[in-house]
Formats: sequence, structure tokens, C-alpha cells
Amino acid sequence: MSLSKIWVFVEPSESGVSTTSLELITAASGFASTVEAFSYGVGSEVGQILGEHGASKVVVANGLNGVLAGTAIASIMAKRISAEAPDAIFFGSTAEGRDAAARLSAKLDLPVLTNVVNLSLEGGVLLSENAVFGGSEVVSARFKSSGPGLYVIRAKSFAPEARGGSAASVEEVAVGDIGSAGKAKIVQSHVEARSGPKLDEAPVVVSGGRGLGQQDSYQMIEELARLLNGAPGASRAIVDAGWVPYAYQVGQTGKTVKPTVYIACGISGATQHMVGMKGAKNIIAINKDADAPIFTIADLGIVGDVHKVLPKLIEAIKSRS
Amino acid sequence: MNIAVCVKQIPDQSVPGKLDPGTHNLVRDGKLILDDSDSYGVEMALQLVDRAGGGEVTLISMAPNGEVSGIRTALAMGADRAVLVSDPSLAGSDALTTAKVLAAAIRRNPFDLVMAATESTDGYTGTVPVQVAELLDIPSVTFAKKVEIENGILKVQRQTESGYDEVECPLPALVSVTAGVVEPRYPSFKGIMAAKSKPVDVLDVAALGTGPLTTSQEIVSVRAAEERASGTVVVDEGDAFQQVVEFLEAIKVI
Repeated sequence: MSLSKIWVFVEPSESGVSTTSLELITAASGFASTVEAFSYGVGSEVGQILGEHGASKVVVANGLNGVLAGTAIASIMAKRISAEAPDAIFFGSTAEGRDAAARLSAKLDLPVLTNVVNLSLEGGVLLSENAVFGGSEVVSARFKSSGPGLYVIRAKSFAPEARGGSAASVEEVAVGDIGSAGKAKIVQSHVEARSGPKLDEAPVVVSGGRGLGQQDSYQMIEELARLLNGAPGASRAIVDAGWVPYAYQVGQTGKTVKPTVYIACGISGATQHMVGMKGAKNIIAINKDADAPIFTIADLGIVGDVHKVLPKLIEAIKSRS
Repeated sequence: MNIAVCVKQIPDQSVPGKLDPGTHNLVRDGKLILDDSDSYGVEMALQLVDRAGGGEVTLISMAPNGEVSGIRTALAMGADRAVLVSDPSLAGSDALTTAKVLAAAIRRNPFDLVMAATESTDGYTGTVPVQVAELLDIPSVTFAKKVEIENGILKVQRQTESGYDEVECPLPALVSVTAGVVEPRYPSFKGIMAAKSKPVDVLDVAALGTGPLTTSQEIVSVRAAEERASGTVVVDEGDAFQQVVEFLEAIKVI
């Protein structure tokens, strides 16, 4: 028995909607006969791709006027929820997704399950699998209460699949007054450019961490990534230290990556990092500390100084081409 | 400037976490420490109160068992006092229940700003701060990497996928910070001594007046995730780069 309706929070990207959003639409269409998207900052052309992935309608919020997107979407969903009665609502595990789920949850007293990595339908009830302890254990959980459950789902938990459905209809709604939550406003946006393949889509990711010792050493990471046609990444530690922008961060609060090979350089392997990269097909780790947790999941571990290993590796790869 | 800082006391993260096989709740025996993620919010709050020229930093925490060792660490950094909601009925609380408890505890005293970490290190749901903000009916700004207050306006640099946004909002408000926001101080010896006599109000759920709190999710089962087996580990003797080259060849990346 499938569910009748699932709502999905769809986030924009430079190419239309984010890949994670398409993953969630695809997953939702496997569980419910009707899937409706809620989005912002997108044009009506996204109806096409959302329709192909299984959505029949997309509600687009207009007139945010700087209001934070998660807050605005939560307000729009809250106003319609009792009349339209979705069975579940899916959010991506992003800053906006978590903001939206949290606001909606507290507004309507709805429970949230976070870090969802898989879902199944058993006896008409959604059963979620949630990664805990950095993914070392998996908890299966369901809601006891009635009313729609909120699910915050990690990127790359489902494969996006265009099944060729017709375009989703587009309904534009004004955000309107959303009370005190709407007093936080974006006054200016800054884009920190990065080049090369996208971190969460690149077949090769080379990441650096604290073990690099200093910001200048990150150049080795960028060079190796470029030589392998990959993307440079980073641990949270060096993002927080200001060496590279947040867009480079791999891990729980950064990007989830599943490349063909992940090369971790000077990264010890905090659980919050490993949760974002342990799905890589192959893992190579280079670290001075033989006891670093990263070696427990590496296919090839090199106990050594990144400042000695990387220059030689870079030369060796250069000499081949 | 009065700031309430939500802090969590967690098991030492160098020891792997465990779930109780019967209740499926997180096992929290042993000493609890201040979540490292919270030290940034505590430091930021201390600096903001300092710059404002006065006020108090109040720690707000919840624990099922009256544990205070992690709270003492934050008091030793310089926080003025703490409110700990401690009640056996809170064991296994979900994020929304936690937020209701924290919001009720915060509401007991006047505040201008509520500070929290982006997410805890052990549970990392990342929803509690914004749930608290909604329950208190105040605006929230998450993922802050820089926080300032000017003329009663909170000014935040908020991390985004492509860079950062400058976000402003009037007080009272909630802000959740990343570990990049500020460098936390280490408690001084004087601070550690002073922390021993700072007030910690311990309340039970009945004293909060929240009404009944129920956790509405149920854990059906727990299993170990498929483990990645560790592979070959070699100690670099000057030529280990060769093994990396061979590995990349074998998987046809080069």
C-alpha cells in the first residue's frame, strides 16, 4: 500500500534545481502516488525536470525580499498543511533544509528524523534508516504519532531517475508576512568562486586537512586534483581555520561525496568528516599518525608526511603525461 | 546584553558511542564533557557581552542525570551562571522535546540573544537551535561564521553553498555558529577555581511548566553499518608514492 502524498523541499542550483532535490523527488515518487515540490528562486522551466523525476506540481515561493529560504518555505507549508494533508515531507540535509524542517516541526509540533540514509514502506508506514555515530551504526525508526512526519535526508542516499513524466504544473505563491521569524534578512550575498569539476560530482576528490600544517601547502592538493581531473576538497578543520572556503568542505556539515577514488591528505578522520566520504569506491589516505582513524577505512594507507609523499606523487604523475 | 548559550554535555568522543540494546537510547554513563562545538558559542557570547560593556552569559543545558562537569568547563571559560534541566524522564528525548525544554529554560530569564552550535558532535541532528527559535518566536540565523552586534542589530556572515550571505536581524534573536566563528579560550586556573562557586540552577521538568513531553519517534532496530574493511597500510620509506601510482593505475584513474 503506497502513501497518497509526499511534499519535497526543492532547492535551486545554478543549473535549475539541486541534484539532491531530484534524489528526494525520485525517492518520494517511489512511495506516494502524488509528489509535490516546494521551491524558491527558480523559474517555471523547472516544472519540466521535476515532472520527469515524478513531481506533479511545484509551488514556487515569490517575494522573499531577503527572508531566509528555509523560514519562508516552512511558513508556506504550515499554512497549507492541514487542508492538503501530506503523509510525509522530505528535506535535504542542507542548511536551508534543516532550517525549514526545524521551523515547521516546532510550529506544528511535528517530529523530525534527521540523517536519513534510506527509507522503505512497510505496512503503509515509512521506516527510515538513520546513520548514527558517523555512520558506524544504522538505526531504523518510525513515527508513533499521526500527522506528517518530517524527514531530513542526506545527499546521495537515493539515485535521481528521470522517468519521463509530463511537466509539473507551477503554482506561484507570495511569501507574505511571516512574523518575527521573517525579521532575519539577507542584505548581501557573496560568491566565492571555485574552478574545476564540482566537488560532489567529480570522479576523483583530493582533500587536505590539518596535517598540511599551513595554508600554502593546500596548493599541493589543488595541483594533484588538477592532474587527476578531480576536485579539491577539505576537512572542516581547515575550512574553519579560513584556509579554504566552505564550498570545499567534505563531511557531515559539508558535501557528501562518492567518487571513484578519494585521496585524504593530512586528514585524521573525525567521524564528522568520514560520514561525508566513506561512500567513496576507493579511499587512499596519507597521514603521519599511524593510529589515525582514517586508516581503518582506507584501501591504501600511507603512514608518512604529506610534505614528502605528495611532491613525489605529483612529479610521478606529471612525468607520465 | 544578556546571552543564553545552549550547551550540551556529551560522552568523550574519543570513545565510540553506544546505544543501549534495550531502550535504544544513547549510553551516557561515565564522565560527560562539554561538547567541543559549544565552546565556540560560549567564547562568542563572552566577547559580545564584553563589547557591549556589561551583561551576563547564562548557560542552558539538559541532561537526564544531573551531570555538571561539562557545564563547569564553560563556567571556567567565563560564563556567569548555568541552568541545567535534569530529569530522568528526559532520557532518549528527540530533538523537538529537547528544544521545548531548552526554550522553557531560556524563557525564565530576560535575554537579548540565544547562541548555539550548528549541531552537536554526538547527535548532529542540527535542528534544535531553530526549533528553539520558533518556540521562542524569534528570528534565527544558522551557520554563522562571523557575528557582530551593532546598535541592537545582529549582523552575521552566514555560510552558504557558494560563499556567504550577510544577514541582519533585530534582537532578540538566535544565532547558531560554526567552529570558524572565533577561537575559544582555554579556561585559566583562576577561571577553574571561580567556576566552582558559580551558580548552577538545577530544575526538573515539572518546574519548567512545559506540560507533558512525549517523544513521538520510535526506534525499531539498530544494526552495525556495513564496515569498510581497512586495506593495505604501508609506512613511507621514501617510495610509498609508487604504491599510490600503482593503485591509481589499477583502478584506471591514470
